[in-house]
Amino acid sequence: MLFKLSIKNMKKSFKDYAIYFLTLVLGVAIFYMFNSLDSQQAMLDISASTRNIIKLMIQMLNFVSVFISVILGLLIVYANNFLINRRKREFGIYMTLGMGKRQISKIILFETILVGLLSLVAGLIIGIFASQFMSILVAKLFEADMTEFVFVFSKDACIKTCIYFAIMYLAVMIFNTITISRYKLINLLTAIKKNEKVKIKNPILSILIFLIAVGILAYCYWKVTGGVQTLSTADKMLPIILLGIISTILIFWSLSGFILKVVQMRKSLYLKGTNMFVLRQINNKINTTVISMSVICLMLFMTISVLSSSLSLRKTMQEDLKEMTPVDLNLYKTANLPEKSVNAYGREIQYTELQREDSRKLVSETLKEYGFDMNNLKDVVEIPIYAINDVTMQVSLGEYFDEAKAQYSMLSYDSVETIIKISDYNKIARLYGLPEYELENDEYIMLCDFDSMKPLRDNALKLGTKLTILGKEYKPKYDESKEGYILMSTSHTNTGIVLVPDSCPLTEEYKEQYFLAANYNAETEEKIEEIEKNFVDEDSSLVNAMEKDGILLDGFTKIAIREASVGIATIVVFIAIYLGIVFLIASAAILALKQLTESSDNKQRYIILRKIGCDEKMINGALFRQIFIFFMLPLALAIIHSIFGIQFAISVMSGLASSEQLLPSVIATVIIIGVVYGLYFLSTYVGSKNIIKEEE
Amino acid sequence: MSNVLEVKNIEKYYGNKSNLTKAIAGISFNVEKGEFVGIMGASGSGKTTLLNCISTIDRVTAGKIIINNQDITKLKGNKLNKFRREELGFIFQDFNLLDTLTAYENIALALTIQKVNPHEIDKRVKEVAKKLEIEDILNKYPYQISGGQKQRVASSRAIITNPKIVLADEPTGALDSKSARQLLESFENLNKKLGATILMVTHDAFTASYADRIIFIKDGKIFNELVKGNDTRKQFFEKIIEVQTLLGGDLNDVI
Repeated sequence: MLFKLSIKNMKKSFKDYAIYFLTLVLGVAIFYMFNSLDSQQAMLDISASTRNIIKLMIQMLNFVSVFISVILGLLIVYANNFLINRRKREFGIYMTLGMGKRQISKIILFETILVGLLSLVAGLIIGIFASQFMSILVAKLFEADMTEFVFVFSKDACIKTCIYFAIMYLAVMIFNTITISRYKLINLLTAIKKNEKVKIKNPILSILIFLIAVGILAYCYWKVTGGVQTLSTADKMLPIILLGIISTILIFWSLSGFILKVVQMRKSLYLKGTNMFVLRQINNKINTTVISMSVICLMLFMTISVLSSSLSLRKTMQEDLKEMTPVDLNLYKTANLPEKSVNAYGREIQYTELQREDSRKLVSETLKEYGFDMNNLKDVVEIPIYAINDVTMQVSLGEYFDEAKAQYSMLSYDSVETIIKISDYNKIARLYGLPEYELENDEYIMLCDFDSMKPLRDNALKLGTKLTILGKEYKPKYDESKEGYILMSTSHTNTGIVLVPDSCPLTEEYKEQYFLAANYNAETEEKIEEIEKNFVDEDSSLVNAMEKDGILLDGFTKIAIREASVGIATIVVFIAIYLGIVFLIASAAILALKQLTESSDNKQRYIILRKIGCDEKMINGALFRQIFIFFMLPLALAIIHSIFGIQFAISVMSGLASSEQLLPSVIATVIIIGVVYGLYFLSTYVGSKNIIKEEE
Repeated sequence: MSNVLEVKNIEKYYGNKSNLTKAIAGISFNVEKGEFVGIMGASGSGKTTLLNCISTIDRVTAGKIIINNQDITKLKGNKLNKFRREELGFIFQDFNLLDTLTAYENIALALTIQKVNPHEIDKRVKEVAKKLEIEDILNKYPYQISGGQKQRVASSRAIITNPKIVLADEPTGALDSKSARQLLESFENLNKKLGATILMVTHDAFTASYADRIIFIKDGKIFNELVKGNDTRKQFFEKIIEVQTLLGGDLNDVI
């Protein structure tokens, strides 16, 4: 009997349930989509050589998912609360008929389970199909190879989604039972009659506050764009953020009063159709929703900024990468191995005779010895890298050391500097297409391109710090460090290389490493991959043979670096999209529910409109405009915020992203927001229309 | 004088075959231009149904209602809305003022939804406010003014569109006797000075005594009709009470 009642209730109030249902379905779908990422076709292809990074991403997504489920859980409880409140009177009638609170709780329990199951199924179906679409998108975005399309269903993600949502529904049930047990019959029956008192703000005050808020906001905007140099540290940004939040609240506090006053002055606009009514409606409601409007606006702002900047970050990283990987292969190994040494963990390591003998050979010789055909490589450049025990970072910083130590105490200042002969470096520079340098016999050059390290190096050089190497003194040729590196990586990470003249008496014993840079001697993709396999594949005979003898050859390949970096970019972008969409759903749902709650209060007003002769077209038009303005206000301010926020993000990424790169990501963001926000807007409009149409 | 309203033998049934309720069982009457007509009857007599049918909110089962030479029972959809907006004025028991709008705006709204020129609206609102003596409360919100003032604002809204006929449903129902008297005086004023045609439904004899003619309804039929003629209001009131006593029930009903 109770179950039947539940089903009837559901059918009857289906339109009320629309927003609730939409939120649940979207939540489930998004949750499934992101948790099934690992098993998707595109990911499988990317992950071939970057398994670790993919693992890291899955871990992070798992972690974020917990956070997301908390947000979704709160949202569901909030939405559910709206439904319960709308039905107070119904419950009151049940109670007058003698139904106990326990039985009412049971009815709601059935309903929750029913809606939960329906939304879970619908959400999973949508999620499964959307994830197919997403894997195509992923493949496109990350230039992954997706030769054939395979329909993927992730059982793990499906089970995980079910469990998480089951927990959320359980929370809702407990919450409902508590709410019901607190109800008093008299309050339930008279719930509808309570009327909100109309609060009217002083229009002059509104205008004044509005102008002040606009002024503060303009100042913030200027600070993050024109005056961005003044924001060098995080603590200087805090006041700007606070001012931004305050001015946002003030704008929502005063906006409706301001608009009302301005429109009232234009009689032809004000006294036209239902304009007057719509404006008053907004003015009346916005007073009670200042805080939620501000929160929604800021949430939307975050969503827009995070989505667009993270999408463009991916592009930036990819372009940076091309510049940082000029050749196909970098290999290096330690030279002059001693009989034994102590490793970083304090353990003593014995080296075999074979290892020590090999450590006196060039990289190419080792390769040949283990059966690698050197014809596979072209443009081979091999250089030795030197190090001297008493030339440490502390020494090379000279008089600046104390100051540096005070500022950055964490750096290991006693690590030895990398020293390269100028002619050796120039060979590499020529291959990489980097600037070449010249040196007099008593000069040295410092190369450094790591942003955090460069100021230290520059400061030491400005002081004219001299270096003594093997008894001979060298003075700096330039008073700043120069651009250059020898080891490829995902970004500029060279912390310092000392270039010395060829005349420097660096003998065999000071050789620290042998370094090799080369391109693959191959024209086709297949051939490149074949050569690459020699170095990266687990089953490679070359790697296995060397491993057996304990020969350690380190290195990077262009392909591996690019794939690793794609992985990092993927993590950032996916987590940003994940969070962004959930924030978006949350804001839209809260806004929608607020609107619907108010629509039931507004019912009376629309009935009056109908009585004085407004036709349905006029009434629906007024309702549409009212809801449209309500949805657009926070979005509009969020968009304005974002225009400046994204510019700030660009300047923080110091020229890594340009506005041209931003355009496609902004378009993508607009589409995502448009779809989610639009759905909520439409269901709110339909729901409200339904509410005001109800018979008296 | 020409007839503004002609009600011709209308019937209104509710329910289905097995359980038929006759709310109106054949009523006919005319209202002339400039007349102030009252309709009286106990609750359940069908007076509100009659008003709803005339005001196009409800449809008749049979018969014709002709307002200003137009059969409104044949109007549909938007034409009906347009007709209601332009030819009829309403005054309700619970005022039906929008609490978010000022008195001025409440009155103006009736014109703005008719797409009247904004400059004309301002002029007309002030004009009508002067006639009903509510000029000084125009910028106040409904919650700031008294019940009588609210009803006068509602009356202003009803007549500002120059309707062919003003329909009032228990206009004094929510007012204390002083406010009711003021309101009825302004109705008289509207009727006598501005020539407005008013059809008022009430169950209160005092309220009804302000009308020129009263139609009594019982069980969906016209039971009696009283014309004030040259009587004073006091005499008319006494006559009304007499009819009301008759209306209260036949001797046969009390056994």
